[in-house]
Amino acid sequence: MTESQREPVKVFLVDDHALFRAGVRTELDSITDEVRVVGEAGSVAEAVAGIARTRPQVVLLDVHMPDGGGAEVLRRVRPELPDIVFLALSVSDAAEDVIAVIRAGARGYVTKTISSKELVRAVVRVSDGDAVFSPRLAGFVLDAFADRPGSAPINDPELDLLTPRERDVLRLLARGYAYKEIASELFISVKTVETHVSSVLRKTQLSNRYELSRWASDRRLV
Amino acid sequence: MGPVQDFLDLGAAARVPAGSSTSSTLVPASVTDVADPQTRPKMYRNRSGRAVAGVASGLAEHLRVPVLWVRVAFALLAALNGAGLLAYGLLWVFVPQNAEEVAAEPKTKDRQRAYGLILLGIALAVTSSTLTGALRSWVAVPLAVAALGAAVVWREADEGQRRRWRAGARDGVAGAFVGEGGRIGALIRILAGVVLVATGIGVVVFATGNFDQAKFSLLAVLATLVGVAVLTIPFWLRLVRDLGDERQARIRTDERAEIAAHLHDSVLQTLALIQRQADQPAEVARLARGQERELRGWLYGPGGYGKPSEKRTKEEEEGVRQQLSEALAAACGEVEDQFAISVGQVVVGDAELTPSLTALVQAAREAIVNSAKHSGVGEVSVFAEVEPTEVTVFVRDRGKGFDPDVVPADRHGLADSIRGRMERHGGACKLRTAPGEGTEVQLAMPVKAAKGAA
Repeated sequence: MTESQREPVKVFLVDDHALFRAGVRTELDSITDEVRVVGEAGSVAEAVAGIARTRPQVVLLDVHMPDGGGAEVLRRVRPELPDIVFLALSVSDAAEDVIAVIRAGARGYVTKTISSKELVRAVVRVSDGDAVFSPRLAGFVLDAFADRPGSAPINDPELDLLTPRERDVLRLLARGYAYKEIASELFISVKTVETHVSSVLRKTQLSNRYELSRWASDRRLV
Repeated sequence: MGPVQDFLDLGAAARVPAGSSTSSTLVPASVTDVADPQTRPKMYRNRSGRAVAGVASGLAEHLRVPVLWVRVAFALLAALNGAGLLAYGLLWVFVPQNAEEVAAEPKTKDRQRAYGLILLGIALAVTSSTLTGALRSWVAVPLAVAALGAAVVWREADEGQRRRWRAGARDGVAGAFVGEGGRIGALIRILAGVVLVATGIGVVVFATGNFDQAKFSLLAVLATLVGVAVLTIPFWLRLVRDLGDERQARIRTDERAEIAAHLHDSVLQTLALIQRQADQPAEVARLARGQERELRGWLYGPGGYGKPSEKRTKEEEEGVRQQLSEALAAACGEVEDQFAISVGQVVVGDAELTPSLTALVQAAREAIVNSAKHSGVGEVSVFAEVEPTEVTVFVRDRGKGFDPDVVPADRHGLADSIRGRMERHGGACKLRTAPGEGTEVQLAMPVKAAKGAA
């Protein structure tokens, strides 16, 4: 949103498909000056080394890779370089994949079918410290925090429940609304929308709700 | 390895059942200085560098001690009423032979030492058991003869397996008997073994000859059966092991074949179609989307990977479906295919499909079709949420929108098939649109409280 006339965001690509890396790189480099691809890697080890060397601001991370996938990269890089933000980019639509990378520390999740313009917007947004929820991720999170008759007891209301406002924001995200549209729909500022989304992200990462930990443990995380 | 390990440490090692020296012509013996890897190697019986069956050298590698120690331990244990011999025999039967040929130089000195220890072990076993009276000597001698015979035959079975590995052909028990090379020799050895076993058992039986006739023949039959069972143990064991291996291999092959077949039928065919129609972008996009949906359903769908993906036919769409999410996905897929647009759909919660929910899905489908036809953009988002009392569906596009008061003549679909359908089933329909602002159709269908959220 605040993207004109500033240093391009340095981006690092991690994906085991060389073809896909090349495609994203071309797209990102050709359509905008807002982001600049500073490096790429095709495996976990390469990624860890490359990220340490090039010090990007944002890492676009594939979820499925040999030797542990995106979650493994997150686990190995984040302790040493906590300032680098990760945006997961994957073809997978499985809830356990999406939730697993989010819980491992990614600031957002978008699917690979996202348009280049949207991708650039997402990269800029995570580099500003915001969270990026694709409609599908919003749906999964809503699902995980749903109040259903059979769901597990709430241990920590602070983390295990969404406020009604957060729920509204998530619903609109899942309906495909942009932040600006959500803001005008709910009569709040875009900044407030961002605050709500970040708070939902924090809860998704830290809550011990059964649904979330089950999804995460399906991918041997947590 | 835990329990096995304990067993090994306890029975630590026994060298050699009787009779090994007879078969020594086959493969001379034993060397073991393995360059150990970090982890303890899995226990196998060695095929090279063995004196009898490779138990001692295999065990030595496994425990990473000199093979001589293991052999001495076996021999000493043999003094405990032949426990060493028993342990050796059990290990021989239950530890599989190493399939890889390790090129170990057999050392003559080692081999001689091994045979010396074998004889010592047997002597100790016989003496100790005679002294302690555990076995009367007239039983001990024939039993030793029988054990010798069994050892000869078992060893021959190992040889047969080895030949089979080398030749790669010939299977089953027959392969063991008529393996390449040494075929007559093998036959002689097996016959000799059988004779020894029969003699041993026969002597035991005859020595107890003061039974009356009936008992005697019964005993004879029993003894024969025992003899046959003892002789064929290695063959049965091998049969079972080989069967297991084969089954595993077959399962893997089947699975691979199934995946290959699926990819061929779906992805490869679609790629071929895409290549042929490369000059028609709309058609290519339609094919790619359809294929993506199908593959996704196969990998992550309710049926999961490997199960045949459901066919989304028109007839099925009309019929009753199990779950709302599936029905909605099928409807979105159809519209995608028909109008070459992409429909992003998100479903929160799920519910069984009732007649009113079927109506909801059909109304949603109609709304998607409207967006596809009139919005002028290639993307529609669908969001469905199942709540305890209500199911809501939102169909939204960012297209040109329209003024609801000035509906063109061809837009009656909205009134009839969407609003009408919803209201007939007790639902509601709201419309939000303005020229240039896109369109959102909001559908809500009440459900019975218990039906909510699966």
